[in-house]
Amino acid sequence: MIQGRSHGIRIGTAVVALVLVAGACSSSATSAPTAAPATAAPASAAAAASVAGVASAAPAPSLSASAVAAAQAYAATLGKPGGSVSVLAVWGGPELAEFLAMVKPFEDATGITVNYTGTRDETAVLTTGIASGQLPDIAGLPGPAQMQQYAAAGKLQDLSTMLDMSAYTSQTPSSLVQLGTVSGKLVGVFLDVSAKGQIWYDPKIVGDLASNPPATWTDLQTLITQDKSKAQAPWCFSVASGAASGWPATDVLESFVLHTQGPDYYNNWWQGKVKWTDPGMKADWQQLGQMVAESYGGANQDLTANFANAGDPLFTTPPGCLFLHQASFITGLGAFANEQKLTDYNFFPFPAITPQYANAVEGAGDLFGAFHNTPQAAELMKYLVSSQAQTLFVAPGEFLSANKGVANYPNPMNQKLGAILSGATSFVFDASDQMPTPMQTAFYQGLLKYIQYPDQLDSILQNLDSTQASSYTTH
Amino acid sequence: MDPRLITAVVVVVGVPAVLVGYIMATEQVLRIFPERLKPRIRPWLWLAPALAFLFVYLVYPTIGTAVRSLQDQLGTKWVGLNNYAWFFSDSGTLSALKNNVIWVVLLTVLTVGFGLLIAVLVDRVRYESVAKSVIFMPLAISGTAASVIWLFMFAYQPHGAAQTGTLNAVLTPVGVGPVPFMTVSNFSLNTILLVIVMTWMWTGFGMVIISAALKSINPELLEASRVDGANEWQVFRNIIFPLLTPTLAVVATTVIITALKAFDIVYVMTNGNFDTQVIANAMYQELFLNDDFGRGSAIAIVLMIAIIPVMAVNIRRFQAQEAIR
Repeated sequence: MIQGRSHGIRIGTAVVALVLVAGACSSSATSAPTAAPATAAPASAAAAASVAGVASAAPAPSLSASAVAAAQAYAATLGKPGGSVSVLAVWGGPELAEFLAMVKPFEDATGITVNYTGTRDETAVLTTGIASGQLPDIAGLPGPAQMQQYAAAGKLQDLSTMLDMSAYTSQTPSSLVQLGTVSGKLVGVFLDVSAKGQIWYDPKIVGDLASNPPATWTDLQTLITQDKSKAQAPWCFSVASGAASGWPATDVLESFVLHTQGPDYYNNWWQGKVKWTDPGMKADWQQLGQMVAESYGGANQDLTANFANAGDPLFTTPPGCLFLHQASFITGLGAFANEQKLTDYNFFPFPAITPQYANAVEGAGDLFGAFHNTPQAAELMKYLVSSQAQTLFVAPGEFLSANKGVANYPNPMNQKLGAILSGATSFVFDASDQMPTPMQTAFYQGLLKYIQYPDQLDSILQNLDSTQASSYTTH
Repeated sequence: MDPRLITAVVVVVGVPAVLVGYIMATEQVLRIFPERLKPRIRPWLWLAPALAFLFVYLVYPTIGTAVRSLQDQLGTKWVGLNNYAWFFSDSGTLSALKNNVIWVVLLTVLTVGFGLLIAVLVDRVRYESVAKSVIFMPLAISGTAASVIWLFMFAYQPHGAAQTGTLNAVLTPVGVGPVPFMTVSNFSLNTILLVIVMTWMWTGFGMVIISAALKSINPELLEASRVDGANEWQVFRNIIFPLLTPTLAVVATTVIITALKAFDIVYVMTNGNFDTQVIANAMYQELFLNDDFGRGSAIAIVLMIAIIPVMAVNIRRFQAQEAIR
């Protein structure tokens, strides 16, 4: 009896200890959640909880010696103040290895040490950093909306004092220079860009469409009717992406808006000057709804499957779907990563809906800004945007460059994507990334709701209107 | 030398040194007081650092949050109770409030219920410690990891495809489903499933505490009642249960607070989509995504006010128990 009692007490003590441990575990897990902001989303599947600064995790890419020598020669022309520069960005794994390989010649030539910190939670880190004053010298910015916000708070440096402006403006498409400019000051530069709104397919199933792509949306519908029997459904469509779920659907809607209504309407829309309940906007939502209705597995699959695996059914036997709408970065994700470019998969640009907007292209990219104007930060900024450094960055095939001087992409597919970006008659940036964050969050949630309950479209759009009314001004 | 090594030395040697130094310093300070007052002042001097920490890290931020909750998004203008008006009128936060009620009721009932049932049952078997260890184990898993595990349990593939989710792999061959568990919000099914994940984690907590209390009941009492002719149900209903009530209350209040704070499971499994939003996740979204300190602080204050009565009951009960001792 006495034994039983002391046994109970011992267990009680052990319980308290274990509870403390469990509590510590769960609280540390909750205090550092990995919110993936939209621009960070593409890679978030690869390392949802990547650890800061694991430079050795992925092998360095092999780069051509002449390109490295050229980059090193350029870096040698920069100042040599010594010391170090801190950089914060979302990259981890292979992407980080490629970034570090790009800055290696810079470190060798200038003697400046680049201290990299990786985080998937850029918005939270920078928001708290601005409040506390603990900021990196150079940082990837979550998106244009946040860049505007940090610039308005006076935290971002005027890059014209750090860069060689005439070289930068001559080498960069003016639309990108414009996107990085806030009230006349350049505060953000793009280290890489991606071409959004591409349609991916398996040439072994639907034939080689690269040389003769469907020119219009109607042509694509004809093609779908004709090839219907070759797959279970015409489209693949998956929107799950952790905390940023919904963003892949925003890209689809943006393609419809851009190609139906044109770039002006598109830009007015993300600026809050077009209502969500506008009939043109509603029609575009219904186009997206049509795509969902014709998608592999239907709405339930769309909502629960991760975007990185969205294209996997393209390659199954029999195929689950014929086409996938996604940006150029999909080639590094899911089943795409194990298939061969051109032979197993290829792409064509989003077909024309309204003929005069046929060549409008939507892009996105990693924006960088500087929080401190140190000599080391200035030299690194000059180096990062140079064509020599950008050539190294695009060589492994993951990234496309914002620098017009970069033409030597490693394969024909990247060459074509690069040509689409540089040849666009009008270039617009990802609309959801430019909306104020509450609008962006509501946009994601609205699309998820629409995919689940297509009959509630009107009330969803009205809700978005009321968020629009409150989120473009401070309240 | 590795800077971490220096930190370790500083912590191992420095912290005790500072503590000893502080106690010696307080004795020096006490010298100026008359002998009679010393025993009264000494405990306060010993408590002072803890109180200072408590003030800086708990009281001051709480006041700051309350002040922030009356300001606008950027903390530049006073907006009165607007943020609270928003909280109690916005459909998103109201649905979060409704879901938190489901969390509180269901999690408490399930955790205390299963905890009591299992504690009483395993008390009667020889492999008690093994059974208890197995049920307790999930509590040692972090909420994020548990969520990932259960995402695999609930995973969904379309009709015809191979079901990779455990539950759908079982249900589909018998003709039910596949069910897209995480997106079914009819009758709050997905919220209930999230609560079940938390129940899986926390049943072990209720079980061990209740089991420990069970062991401390004097067996002579139970024997006496059996001798008097009580059957097992009557023994449980009239002897064991009343004696366990204070323990059940402690477990229940702890679980209620856990349910009100629920965040990690929701954040990882649905991020509040498909009508599964909870208050803590709404607060996170306002603070760190929408950058709206006013609304975020207002949610935090509402959450705190909801927790205070539960805390008060808990402390009361604790004091009552101390008094009995």
